[in-house]
Amino acid sequence: MTLFYVFGAVAVTASLLVIAQRNPIHSVLLLIASFGALSGLYVTLDAPFVAVIQIIVYAGAIMVLFLFVVMLLNASQETTEEDLERRGAPGSPAATPGLKVFGALLALALVVELVWALTRASVGGDFGEGSVSSVAAIGRTLFTDYAFPFEVTSVLILVAMVGAVVLARRGTPGDA
Amino acid sequence: MPSLNDYLVLSAILFSIGSAGVFLRRNLITILLSIEIMLNAVNLTFVAFGRSFGTVDGQIIVFFVMTVAAAEAAVGLAIVIALFRHRESLDPDSFMTLRW
Amino acid sequence: MIPLLIAQFGIVLFVFVMLLSSAAVMVLFERKLAARLQQRFGPYLVGPWGSLQPLADVIKLMFKEELRPAAADAVLFTLAPIISVTAAFTAFAVVPFGAETTLFGLIDEPLRLQVADVNVAILVIFAVASMSVYGIVLAGWSSNNKYSLLGGLRASAQMISYELSYGLSLAAVLLVANSLSLSDIVNGQSGTWLGFIPRWYVFLQPIGFLVYMTAGIAETNRAPFDFPEAEQELVAGYHTEYSSMSFAMFFMAEYINMVTVSAVATDLFLGGWHGPFLPESLGWIWFLVKVGAILFFYVWTRWTLPRYRYDQLMAFGWKVLLPVSVLNLIATAAMVLYFGL
Repeated sequence: MTLFYVFGAVAVTASLLVIAQRNPIHSVLLLIASFGALSGLYVTLDAPFVAVIQIIVYAGAIMVLFLFVVMLLNASQETTEEDLERRGAPGSPAATPGLKVFGALLALALVVELVWALTRASVGGDFGEGSVSSVAAIGRTLFTDYAFPFEVTSVLILVAMVGAVVLARRGTPGDA
Repeated sequence: MPSLNDYLVLSAILFSIGSAGVFLRRNLITILLSIEIMLNAVNLTFVAFGRSFGTVDGQIIVFFVMTVAAAEAAVGLAIVIALFRHRESLDPDSFMTLRW
Repeated sequence: MIPLLIAQFGIVLFVFVMLLSSAAVMVLFERKLAARLQQRFGPYLVGPWGSLQPLADVIKLMFKEELRPAAADAVLFTLAPIISVTAAFTAFAVVPFGAETTLFGLIDEPLRLQVADVNVAILVIFAVASMSVYGIVLAGWSSNNKYSLLGGLRASAQMISYELSYGLSLAAVLLVANSLSLSDIVNGQSGTWLGFIPRWYVFLQPIGFLVYMTAGIAETNRAPFDFPEAEQELVAGYHTEYSSMSFAMFFMAEYINMVTVSAVATDLFLGGWHGPFLPESLGWIWFLVKVGAILFFYVWTRWTLPRYRYDQLMAFGWKVLLPVSVLNLIATAAMVLYFGL
């Protein structure tokens, strides 16, 4: 139980700091810490495979991609003249504090509604006996019941790769 | 021993933190990071339910969600790079030329 | 007499101390071997045959001034070497280096010579290898220095490119071994064929072994894949601005990563601690011999082959090594299906 609270507290704190930090690099690093805590939570849920895959895919690959893009765009010093004047000028929509308060209230309403809806479900309660799921069981189900989504996912990754290369390319498609 | 409700409440909190990030932050990269937080909260819900029903289906859906999140992060960041080259800014409010 | 729990704590401490001293021993080993390959003596003034040279190096490093550029991001600058060295130590936590032993009856139950026996051990090694990229890229970024940034970005791009071939060669071994746990994989390699050929997986997976070693050398940023820290091109790459103990931490992380790659190669392909003429309880001697042989090969490669240029390096990783490892995986799957291994 204490493990759940420790990991849960780390995940929530790190996520709050992610959205509060000014510097995007610090945000990315805090998000990696949050992913690590989630990975610990997956281990407490008897899912070691998903826990390790979370570290490999999310913390080890997707976040490296984010870090590269932040470094490439030099995003930690990204405020241009246009941004500053728009943010500072009174009357411009981005400067009103009312918008931020409204956004925070929306998020608060969302959390209250979600907690109410989820805990009303009749399946809430203690976990059953359950065995440690083996990688073999996951593999067996993945390649029999979920074989079609698996193949579609490989096409999806191919499409995403091609799309990312094309979108980030310099120059118009007419050049070399 | 935490019950299913504990995990669901935690994932609801994480999901709302992610959506608060999308509402409140004015930086494209932080918005994409908040979307990743939301996807992770959903993953936690799937694994918790899978464990409570005793099947591995929850973990398999998580596998697919992670793949989709990776693809979406890649394409989203490519779009951010293309936009940045055009406007030298990461503020979503600076891309408002299509407004009426 | 000693309960198992105390012995397990002892194993953790033992592995930690051994990894630290292995970094020191590797420093001397590399310098002496490099010297002999270049027809000169290595360090021989400090201690008999230069054996106290690592101690002298450590003392010198400890007394140097710890510098930090004023424009560097303080938190990230301090965090980067910590991440590198932590990932290096953590990767060894799941590597078994001996059979179960009771240390000649001192311990109540047989103690497994492995810090943590998880049943997804291979994936854990892969995951920790992915995390070690962060130490390098953050070091490059936080130094606020264009040479460091270039070195850091190139090193991390190289590491994530070669991780794919690394993982696929591991997957081919998994097909043959039928388990993700390193202890099970080593135990599957005991015994011999025809009485004298040991049942090592290197004989079933020769191409996989070569791919693994190449990808391992590229992962640890060693020559001929060490362009990111090439002295001639980039000052010193991502650790230009680091001095004293932070530099020592990067240095140590590199050597410990080498030891981990060699130890995992020994467990996966060379039969771990199994060997002739010695009883099972002394198997760790064979383990040390095999790891030493692979480390010799590492140092030999560094001082023999010229360095790859960065674009050649990336082209090799994506256009040669990755297709070869995919074909190896497919061929292994076909053979497992056909021969029913």
